[in-house]
Order: sequence, then structure tokens, then C-alpha cells
Amino acid sequence: MSQFQLHPALGIVGSSVNFTNSNLFMVIAGALILALLWLGMRPRAMVPGRFQSAAEMSYETVMSMCVDTIGPEGRAYFPFVFTLFFFILFGNLLGVWPFDFTFTSHIVVTLALTMLVMVLTTYVGLRTHRMHWFSYFVPQGVPKVLLVLLVPIEILSYLSRIISLSVRLFANMMAGHVMLEVFGAFVVMLAGAGAIFWVPSALTLAVNVALIGFEFLVGTLQAYVFAILTCIYLHDAIHLH
Amino acid sequence: MSDEPGGGGPSFEERLNAARRRQGLEPQPKPERSGSDSFGPSPLSIGLRVGVELASALAVAFAIGYGLDRWFGTAPLFIIIFVLLGGVAGVLNVWRMFAPRDGSDRGYK
Repeated sequence: MSQFQLHPALGIVGSSVNFTNSNLFMVIAGALILALLWLGMRPRAMVPGRFQSAAEMSYETVMSMCVDTIGPEGRAYFPFVFTLFFFILFGNLLGVWPFDFTFTSHIVVTLALTMLVMVLTTYVGLRTHRMHWFSYFVPQGVPKVLLVLLVPIEILSYLSRIISLSVRLFANMMAGHVMLEVFGAFVVMLAGAGAIFWVPSALTLAVNVALIGFEFLVGTLQAYVFAILTCIYLHDAIHLH
Repeated sequence: MSDEPGGGGPSFEERLNAARRRQGLEPQPKPERSGSDSFGPSPLSIGLRVGVELASALAVAFAIGYGLDRWFGTAPLFIIIFVLLGGVAGVLNVWRMFAPRDGSDRGYK
């Protein structure tokens, strides 16, 4: 499907360094986030206007997410969670715009983001608890004989986060966009099949409109889920059990 | 400097709070966080999350089993062991998603 294909962007310069449309939209998402924060906070008004309110609210939402989930130590990880949440959110929302590329619909991108989270949580756990961190895989209050079975299960459960976190975001974004394309094709095919199919075609178009709204919901929700799960994993790394 | 009209009506604080409640500006009392990441209980999203949890544990387990078999040349032995363990880990993940997080036991009870 053409909407998931990568092309070199920015003409000759892009093709010589393999700068694709995916990268282009990552840069655009980053620039939009910076613009929201920089332009939004420029008035520095005591009573914020709409733009400044949006910037302040985005800060406070992520900050409360960090502090509520991780605890007071969460402040240290606020920049990471904020960057992650808004990068994914803007990626998802930009993708709903016509002719835009959804970089979160590629599993390479979500897997790379997930590996970043996993490496960070493991590093934070090891730095906070040193070797004691490995007791994370040893459940307490269980007969010793069962540990032979339970420790591998715990390790598998920990490792499966890599797949579940990345596949969840990737599958949601790709499924939504495939659905849009399928229904879009229905509209065109039904309309071309004769006058009696014009009513079903219009109904399918209505479904597509609803799906666009649904995409906004899914995009926001998945960015939130990714961020809150990152917070929960950081919580587990810092507090162990 | 009181801007209250004389008389025994509700104080400014009370009226302000009432107005804020009407406008929905007061923070609602937070619901108890039951699951690890509980938000709107949409059946579709819950089903998708459960499916992803189950499948991802199995996939990781299969990959590890396959890798160990390739390494040691013990054809299907480790795949069988790890797929069983992976199934258990997937169920454990799902259980943790819905089990109340009350601290130390992490779902063993």
C-alpha cells in the first residue's frame, strides 16, 4: 500500500543520504513540538492565552503522569517521558492529515522507541539497585522448588514487554490506516459500479469520516498508553516490586 | 475590602467553589487505580491488549527456544520448553494487567 512506502525526501540531498519521508515527518513532528512549547511560552503571561494554555497543560499532564505513576523520583524522568509522549502523539496525529506519512505505523520505528525504553529501564534498575536488581525476577513467598519454573517465566514476562509495547503501537496505527484505505477503495468502487450503488457508497464514505475521528482517538490513546507504560516500567525499575 | 454583599449568604470561598464545580474546573476525586494502566474500558482495546500480551510472550519464548536449539543442536527440545513457559508468561502478563496492584506480591496469591 502506497501510504506505507518509504521514498527519499528533499530531492537529491535526501536520496544521497537516505533521508526518507518517514524521517521528514519525524523532523516535522519535532519542529511542531518545539514550536508549541517555544511560541506558546513566549508571551509568559500570568493569565495564559489559548496557545500558552496548551503548552502549560501539556507540561502539567506529563508531569502529573510521571509523579503519580513513578513517585517523587519521577521528576528526573520527566524530560524523557515528555519527549516520548509528544513524539508519538504528533506522529500519530500528523498521520491523519492527508498526504502525510505516519512514521509510527512502521514497526522499526516503534521497536526502536521500545528498545530505548527497555535499555533505559534496565539501566535505571541496575544503577539504583546494583546486583540486587536481579531479585526482580525472583518472586517472594513462593516455595523454592517452584523458582526453577518461575524465574524463567518472570524473565520471559520482562522480555515480552519489548514485543508487546512496540507491536501495540504499530498494530493500532497500521490497522487504522489500512481500514481507512479499504473503506476509501469501497467508496470509489461502489460509486463506479452504477447509480444504484451510490447510496451504499455514500454510507461507506460516512463510515470513513467516522473512522477519521476514531483515528484521532486511537492516536492519542496509544501515545498515552505508551507513555504511561514507560512510567510503569520505570516505577518497577526504581521500586522493584 | 470585602466584595461580599452584606447579609448572611454563603461566603466568597463557598460561592467560588460552587462556581468552579459547575464549570467542571475542580479536580474530580481520582478513582482508585486498579489495573496497571486502566483507562476507558473499551472492550475492543482490552481484547487487543490481551491478545498482544499473550502473543508477544509466546513470540519471545519461541525466539529464545529456537535460538537455543540452533545453538545446541537439540532440535525441538528447547522450543517445546520455552513455548510452554511463554504461554504461562503471557497468562501471567494478562493476570497482572487486571490484578489489583497492592504492592509486594506482584500477582502471586
